[in-house]
Amino acid sequence: MSSIRIVDGSGVVPVDNAFSKQVKQVSGEALDRCYQCFTCSLGCPVSPEMDYYPDQIIRMVQLGLKEKVLNSAGIWLCLGCETCVARCPNEIDILRVMDTLREIAINENVKGKERVIPVFHKAFLYPIKIFGKQYELGLILYLMLKTKDFFGDLGLGIKMIMKGKLPFFPSRIKGTKQMKEIFNKIGSVAGGERD
Amino acid sequence: MKYAYYPGCSLEAALAKEYDLSVKAVCERLGIELEELEDWNCCGASSGHSTSYLLNHAIVGRNLAIAEKQGLDIAAACPACYVRLKHTRHEVMEKPDLKKQVVEAVGMPYEAKHDVRHLLDIIVNDIGIEAIKEKVTKPLTGLKLACYYGCFLVRPPEVVAFDDPENPQSMDDLMTAMGAEAIDWSGKVDCCGGSLALTKRDIVIRLVGELVDMARAAGAEAMVAACPLCQMNVDGRQSSGIDRMPVFYFTELVGLAMGDKGAKSWLKKHLISPVKLLNSHGLL
Repeated sequence: MSSIRIVDGSGVVPVDNAFSKQVKQVSGEALDRCYQCFTCSLGCPVSPEMDYYPDQIIRMVQLGLKEKVLNSAGIWLCLGCETCVARCPNEIDILRVMDTLREIAINENVKGKERVIPVFHKAFLYPIKIFGKQYELGLILYLMLKTKDFFGDLGLGIKMIMKGKLPFFPSRIKGTKQMKEIFNKIGSVAGGERD
Repeated sequence: MKYAYYPGCSLEAALAKEYDLSVKAVCERLGIELEELEDWNCCGASSGHSTSYLLNHAIVGRNLAIAEKQGLDIAAACPACYVRLKHTRHEVMEKPDLKKQVVEAVGMPYEAKHDVRHLLDIIVNDIGIEAIKEKVTKPLTGLKLACYYGCFLVRPPEVVAFDDPENPQSMDDLMTAMGAEAIDWSGKVDCCGGSLALTKRDIVIRLVGELVDMARAAGAEAMVAACPLCQMNVDGRQSSGIDRMPVFYFTELVGLAMGDKGAKSWLKKHLISPVKLLNSHGLL
């Protein structure tokens, strides 16, 4: 029996036959129901900026194109707005699939095309582990350092500080120990230390 | 009518203090008692569910377990928190294995006995439009508003579902009852780009620009939001210009229509001041 090869502009694309099964199993979503109607991509607010549209990502998962999918910027740009979830005629929870792909990418330490958003997510979870609450100013400053983008939002940041919208100190819950235990028990990679 | 109030980080930490204050003022006027959820923690927002299924449900589960201990349904103000709380309750009810894992991680019992509600739902459906209308002393006559629901009040429909997922009406009905004109427009449930607000500025500026253009083309003078992320994005990410469109929290306008003295101070927190617009209609 000869095997089927998948080729794109840059040559033969590696196929991982276990990947499709893994995504279906972890997400619990029946991806094979997708018949490529594009409803998800047509309604997606960020499809203009995506390298692969949501329907293409679903198709690539079906085909086992693990490396391509996990390296794509599209999986990170997904806003989680649930428009596609509400509209999919086959009732596939596409957001659950995207979340599954992001979680696999983090757990397997894939450094894909989109670098900033994964760093943001980690940085967002860190104050929750430590304080139990979000610490907006800390998060903004940390991202400025990480992305070396000091001026893009400086004007907006100053306006917000002037309006008293960005307090200097974080608030803290009483159950910080319990929060740390939750993070430690689950041992999620995303909820670990900052880079 | 008593609820465990879950303000969420944005409302507590001053980012959306005007929303928090107007929620409390309006609820007091309507006889909705809010007892803050004891020692609540951040819901994890999009970063939680985007990166770890189990961690997301566990940190949200802690809040749900506390509400159960308090013996109250949760009233959430922020739709992003609301949808996370709703999602976890929904998942736990459907998946016994997940329930076991969440209970084990949180170290508190949880039976999903209590519901999670958004304040717009409580105000419109429990108090009722007619009862609220009776309390209006300063109707918002002449004000043309685009009611902006955003994503999580209406999606996913099998989890939240207190209004239509494509063309919701509850905020329109409420604003009409306040004497304003709720215009029909097609951006009601479009996303503002909230979860990319700090990472993909250009995308958010594009999305906000499209929303404001749509609202303006339909004849709106201002937008009304029920979400701190929507409000902050539309308030902060419109390209500069003299004709920037103000965006209110729905509770600010309900408070204003009921003659609440706090209204002026809430509106001072906005980056795009709505004072000129309100004055032009004689509403301040």
